[in-house]
Amino acid sequence: MFFPISHSDINPIYLVVVGFVIGILGGFFGVGGSFIAGPALRLMGVDWNFAVGTDLAHIVGKSIVAARKHRTLGNVDLKLGMIMALGTIGGAEGGAQLIQALKRAGNVNTVVSWVAIVVYSGISIFMLWESHTTLRLHKRRSRGTVSDAKAAASKADHSAFGPVTKKIQRIKIWPMISLPTSGIQEISLWTILLVALIGGFFSGFLGGGAGYIRMPSMVYVLGIPTHLAVGTDLFEIIISASYGTFTHAIKGNVDILIALVMHTGAVIGAQIGVVATQYFAGPKIRLAFVPLPLIGAAIVIYTLVTGHKL
Amino acid sequence: MKRDAAKSLRVFAAELAIYAVLVTGYFFAVLHVLGGWLYRLETQHRVIYAVVAILLIAGQAVFLDAVTTVLFRLLRRRWR
Repeated sequence: MFFPISHSDINPIYLVVVGFVIGILGGFFGVGGSFIAGPALRLMGVDWNFAVGTDLAHIVGKSIVAARKHRTLGNVDLKLGMIMALGTIGGAEGGAQLIQALKRAGNVNTVVSWVAIVVYSGISIFMLWESHTTLRLHKRRSRGTVSDAKAAASKADHSAFGPVTKKIQRIKIWPMISLPTSGIQEISLWTILLVALIGGFFSGFLGGGAGYIRMPSMVYVLGIPTHLAVGTDLFEIIISASYGTFTHAIKGNVDILIALVMHTGAVIGAQIGVVATQYFAGPKIRLAFVPLPLIGAAIVIYTLVTGHKL
Repeated sequence: MKRDAAKSLRVFAAELAIYAVLVTGYFFAVLHVLGGWLYRLETQHRVIYAVVAILLIAGQAVFLDAVTTVLFRLLRRRWR
């Protein structure tokens, strides 16, 4: 099928399948999936600028569907999402500015690649340790009395990193706000903004929505239960990806027809992903999340070693 | 308990099937009706194209989701 806007010839079934896979990942983990969608479009010969812009457009739609579904399940904290969106946009601008500075210095590819490898691998290793330890401790305490389905349904989250999270929540820098939907009585607004700023910074610096940085930060730094972190992250992605789509479309980087085909698969996958979260407890979702940043790291290592841009 | 879970999964699958049909139909409708216009818009009026692009993708998500919910409710009433 020929797509005239980007002048590319792509099998629509391929696009639907790619969208479907990204949709499942997005609905289940609360990530945009740009680390798969971008390379998948490049593989079909779509120019890199179109791959980035078109990917963002389909992420908007998929995130709307997944966030709506998560909301019906009580997994979206709108107040937190709104606050974080502010910090994310500010951080994304900072990340983009740093990219420009590195471009001028002439070493942008090397620096970004190494930062990406360290950050992605670090997240994976930490989450593997944390979720594994939490599951082991929880198993020992409950001695098998609580079933997986019950643990998932209660959405009560346990984390081996919990004591550190509690200390962060006790930092009293005015103004303090409460997040009743997330079960947090009091937390400094600045802590939330800082987490959002860091997530946004990596989004601007490493590209994509940086959901694989923001979702774990929400859980470990802010103490948001995993199910809510997934839903709220998706809500926030709607805002940031819409902004990204708009700016890329103005620059001529969006083929909306490709995005719509990908979206047909993505919305189905996203709904399946959201419903699947109902059957898993928080630590298990976090454990299953571990390979995602590693895939991102592997792609960066591949481009670094071979010199090819996927 | 298991029967409830199986029932809710069946309901979800039926809803998803309706949604899949609508989403696919929506794409072909956009391609057929707006394909040429979108191509011209992209080359001549980028800002309008950007707004239309977001509306189309958000519309596919929000509007079709709402239509699916209404259709599914109607169908369930009939089945009862």
